[in-house]
Amino acid sequence: MAVKISTLEERISVPAEGDNPLNTQEYFINMGPQHPATHGVLRLMLKLDGETVREVIPVLGYIHRGIEKIGEHQTYRQFVHLTDRCDYLSAMMNNWAVSLMVEKAMQTQLNDRIEYIRTIMAELERIQSHMLWWGVLGMDLGAFTPFLYGFRDREMITDIFEETIGCRLTMNYIQPGGLMDDIHPNFVKRVKDVIAYAKPKIDEYEELLSGNVIIQERLRNVGTITAEQATSLGVTGPVLRASGVALDLRRVAPYGAYGQVDFEVAVGSVGDCWDRYWVRVEEIRQSFRIIEQLIDNIPAGKTMLSKPAKKIILPEGSHYAQLETARGILGIYAVSDGKSENPVRIHMRSPNYHNVWSVDAMTRNARIGDLVANISSLDIVVPDIDR
Amino acid sequence: MTEKSPQDNKHPEKPAQQPSTPESSAPKPTPPPAPAKPEEQVEKPPQPPELTLKVCAAISECKPYSAASDCPTVEVIPENLVKVLTALRDNQDFAFSMLMDHTAVDRIEDGKFELVYRLYSLTTLSMLLVSTKIPRDKPIIPTVSHLWDIAEWQEREVYDLFGVLYDNHPDLRRVFLEDDWVGFPLRKDYKDDFMLTLDIDSLRE
Repeated sequence: MAVKISTLEERISVPAEGDNPLNTQEYFINMGPQHPATHGVLRLMLKLDGETVREVIPVLGYIHRGIEKIGEHQTYRQFVHLTDRCDYLSAMMNNWAVSLMVEKAMQTQLNDRIEYIRTIMAELERIQSHMLWWGVLGMDLGAFTPFLYGFRDREMITDIFEETIGCRLTMNYIQPGGLMDDIHPNFVKRVKDVIAYAKPKIDEYEELLSGNVIIQERLRNVGTITAEQATSLGVTGPVLRASGVALDLRRVAPYGAYGQVDFEVAVGSVGDCWDRYWVRVEEIRQSFRIIEQLIDNIPAGKTMLSKPAKKIILPEGSHYAQLETARGILGIYAVSDGKSENPVRIHMRSPNYHNVWSVDAMTRNARIGDLVANISSLDIVVPDIDR
Repeated sequence: MTEKSPQDNKHPEKPAQQPSTPESSAPKPTPPPAPAKPEEQVEKPPQPPELTLKVCAAISECKPYSAASDCPTVEVIPENLVKVLTALRDNQDFAFSMLMDHTAVDRIEDGKFELVYRLYSLTTLSMLLVSTKIPRDKPIIPTVSHLWDIAEWQEREVYDLFGVLYDNHPDLRRVFLEDDWVGFPLRKDYKDDFMLTLDIDSLRE
């Protein structure tokens, strides 16, 4: 058995032109890694036939840092600090995933205060992530105002994070066994202020962008993937739900305080860019709804179960925990030998890595202009792809 | 694409009405609250989870996983892998329509790579881990990219970092590292010129 290993050069080589002078030739052009519409350092090779895209080949690895290899030499408590360097817009949810894995393996029961604060923080994070995405989507499609609006409103949420945690982007707030610190005394009041301020803003967003005829034309029936394709492609999060599959771990396998709150899972029907847009805007509303139900009832209690244990040694065997970040399902798979505090293997099932490949299925035989809308509707964060 | 479509006839047409009770989702078999005493954690229930037994009864090539795992896990030999995964995908009782994750673990002490396939079912909301072991010195395994589209890229990642070769893979090349990179970084015996090694014991003294 000989397995053929190919290279990028071979992959993008174009066969020689035939004799017929009327043949059109397909050719490759390069997009990125420093393209403003590719959200970071995502590089795409486009196989074009005139303006029509025949194939999209993502070329990854520009910020591959080997986080899984580093994790093999770190304790779980240290590894938490690496995870929010992956998907920095879901930083706290990434911390939570590692914490969840450790707590599940150690069979730790947390008190309600920890679960409530974690849930509120994760939902705030989801809102600010979706607000940023909303602004960037407008920017990608040529509207500059949403970018300013999205960042302006997101700023208020990051200010809350800064007050409680001290950081705005990479928080490390959620730790195995609890939280880094208690919430700031102003936290509850400021969250309520933000809800009062930002909830009407969502309607403003919709007025500004959703009904706009250009946005409708650019998004409707563009980049459609069916539920079958989406399942086979392994996409999760809003991308999967837009195709009509109601897989939301907050609902089907509740963790944190999600079992105690009432919210609806936004599900699309067609699976085009518009559905992905709508699902995310609706998720902002539902996240506000979740926070509203929790913010007044944060119970009293400790925010760390005990003094942080010096050593966390997981039982021998493989452990896995997953949760729903702003972009989809993040799973942490760890294999422990039961003796060392470092894992034998730690692996992140990254939502962005699984989502990014669907850009090919979305864009085949569409125009170049739609490609930008498709990438934007996927809401990709490149550090999480490359890890 | 045509050969990939038959898996999805069980696909939820009205997805909002999926069973949403947490009890039906096997991925998180929450253990009973136990006081965190190390002596008690060592004790493992001798009986494998229900789903493992069901799968093993339905597909004779599977057997329960020998090591500890927090998720229903079955073991197969590499020759039966494609057959078992096809059966798990197409069997209407299981309907594992999603390949949630695929990765490898370097079991250098046994001289093996352990490949794990994490399957997820959208109808029963259950999760199953399929594990197979291949020798480190001859790491060849048939591809499953004809069963799930995403397997093509998951397998490329495992090839890139572990050097596992996938037979019949449509486009096997490195995904993160450059094409001319030497070695496979996630192997336990990987070394290169840029690696820093820190002798912790000498620092303590």
